[in-house]
Amino acid sequence: MTDAAELRRRTRELLAAHPPATTGRTDFLKARFDAGLAWVHYPVGLGGLDAPRSLQAVVDAELEAAGAPDNDPRRIGIGLGMAAPTILAYGTEEQKRRFLRPLWVGEEVWCQLFSEPGAGSDLAALGTRAVRQGDEWVVNGQKVWTSSAHIARWAILIARTDPDLPKHRGITYFLCDMTDPGVEVRPLRQITGEAEFNEVFLTDVRIPDAHRLGAVGDGWKVARTTLMNERVSIGGMRVPREGGMIGPVSRTWRQRPCLRTHDLHQRLLDLWVEAEVARLTGERLRQQLAAGQPGPEGSGMKLAFARLNQEISGLEVELLGEEGLLYGDWTMRRPELVDFAGRDAGYRYLRSKGNSIEGGTSEVLLNIVAERVLGLPAEPRNDKDVAWKDLAR
Amino acid sequence: MTDHTPARNDHTRAGDDRTPAETDLLYSQAESDLRAAVRSLLADRADPAALPGRVEADSPCDPALWQALAAGMGTAGLLVPEKLGGQGATHREAAVVLEELGRAVTPVPYLTSSVIATETLLAAGATDLLTRLATGREVAVLAVPLSAGPDHEPATTGTVTGVADAARADVLLVPRPDGLYAVDAAEAGIAPQTPLDLTRPLAAVTVPDGAGTRLADADATRAAVRRGLLAGAGLLASEQLGVAEWCLEETVRHTRERHQFNRPVGSFQALKHRMAQLWLEVAGARAAARNAADALATGSPEAPLAVAVAQVYCSRVAVHAAEECVQLHGGIGMTWEHPAHLYLKRAKADAIALGSAGRHKETLAGLVNLPAPG
Repeated sequence: MTDAAELRRRTRELLAAHPPATTGRTDFLKARFDAGLAWVHYPVGLGGLDAPRSLQAVVDAELEAAGAPDNDPRRIGIGLGMAAPTILAYGTEEQKRRFLRPLWVGEEVWCQLFSEPGAGSDLAALGTRAVRQGDEWVVNGQKVWTSSAHIARWAILIARTDPDLPKHRGITYFLCDMTDPGVEVRPLRQITGEAEFNEVFLTDVRIPDAHRLGAVGDGWKVARTTLMNERVSIGGMRVPREGGMIGPVSRTWRQRPCLRTHDLHQRLLDLWVEAEVARLTGERLRQQLAAGQPGPEGSGMKLAFARLNQEISGLEVELLGEEGLLYGDWTMRRPELVDFAGRDAGYRYLRSKGNSIEGGTSEVLLNIVAERVLGLPAEPRNDKDVAWKDLAR
Repeated sequence: MTDHTPARNDHTRAGDDRTPAETDLLYSQAESDLRAAVRSLLADRADPAALPGRVEADSPCDPALWQALAAGMGTAGLLVPEKLGGQGATHREAAVVLEELGRAVTPVPYLTSSVIATETLLAAGATDLLTRLATGREVAVLAVPLSAGPDHEPATTGTVTGVADAARADVLLVPRPDGLYAVDAAEAGIAPQTPLDLTRPLAAVTVPDGAGTRLADADATRAAVRRGLLAGAGLLASEQLGVAEWCLEETVRHTRERHQFNRPVGSFQALKHRMAQLWLEVAGARAAARNAADALATGSPEAPLAVAVAQVYCSRVAVHAAEECVQLHGGIGMTWEHPAHLYLKRAKADAIALGSAGRHKETLAGLVNLPAPG
């Protein structure tokens, strides 16, 4: 078993062999990957050392102290948080070797081609078709809500391969080359004025069978691995006290007494306590996860943060009063990242409305909690045994 | 214009437990006819679905639509006596117009010019200007921030920020320490600001010292501005009611049509309950908004209480309905091309406009003798 001391030793070896001051960023990251220090819980040869996940912090602290570059994890969040764990779980050896290294290093950005205009909360009803032709699949359809599609090199894609089967059984999971001439990415402007997401139109996109992930028809099972990881990566970020949206509103409260009212004071304190409890709950969940795989409990964190983000930013807009009536800028832009930090309260209020929709709606997540955590019976369903092509839409 | 006879409130000192006499909370036939006419005009000329493409124009207000609404239908003069060229109607009718404007988030200066400025001028007795506003030929706005509630103390001089519809105004009503002044908008500096609510443009207004004509002395000004903002706050509740109504109706329509899991999403009990809850809130908002409009119409001493109650309640309902509308539309509600976001932004801005719920609660605490601790 690789322990903390061993990891520290290996990290220092890496730093000695590739001093950050004189090594190019990508070269350093590749060397780090090859040394098994990228994600230590991954297998040997794939950027890891089969070490406990909790020991990653040891490596990160050593590297940070030495001023080593990181892989800009926020820019490649979909790759790291969703594509990578799924490829690791279901990929062939060849796929793992081909994709994980450039993914982690950040040379290849990933996006997620899941949601469709007609398949949002009911993702399994998706209608994008993949038809086999020899060693290839020909894909046609439309995806939506795709962040990073305009900068992505690869996509994780789920498509319908058998419309005659019930919806969960006729789906197959692919790794899609975003440079294929049949891929068209169009910005989708949102409530904030920005186009952080995209619509992606797939017209006769050709995917080699070698880029299928998992068995034909197993796409839903594979996708659930991705979705579990997505929900954890959305809700499970480590935050210090007042580190989330409660921070800016608390600072505004302290600095600007003239804005205070009794009404807002009580609401602020209620939300402050809820934010602190959510932080502690997240911390506890993270400690649980350090050893194992994420379970459905991760859904709870996403639910809590979605609601808190919305309520806190809504309160802040009200607190700002006359200033809250203003907005920074409605100009349409295509940002690479979603970043709440440094944005005005109005932006945060509007953007956080998406938190209860993206990565699983809060309504669907509440069902997951009710059914998988509490064990409550599912609602009677009439969509599970019907051929996909016969579903009402 | 109206045929209803308002019930007089037998108002007693607030803070006791007596219930006020019955107020007319219904809509008269004339009010319903007026609603139908405004709704029909807006359906033809102000479809919310076309708004997302318009709101970023220099002026989102369509001049032809404003002309048809204000002058053609005479709604600009509802609060103005007939002898001054108005319709001689009341706040009850103006409230109906605002419900419809809220339902369509129409970017017209009705609340600002035809209610707040008009009411201020009525209190100040400025007849010439009233006639110009009542006929819809001119637009006037009171040069105070949109966030200013009835207890607002106007700034003494300098630039006033967050003035709603200032860029659309012909005349600015400027409260100064020595009185209320009417200033030709051409003499003022009007710098547009970027509003959260794109359907109600805001601007920073700078008026040169000495510009304009004095309409009222200092004491009369204080009373006039208060009356203008009280009427504005009270009738804003009707606009908020309209916003909430549209959001609920549109959400019900969408969730009946949108199929997921092989059924309309509106058939899920959890969603039905949320919409049923909204219906309850909208019903409450209607009662509160009608009560405020009637109290203003009858000049009831209950008006400040009725306005505070309507603002506290309707602000919350409009925001709740708009937030649920966005959420229950799923991804579609987050897009720019769907008008739901315009309602959310209007609802949120309205919650700040004309005094926040917190300020109105403080007013209410005094009126009903429920003082804060300590």
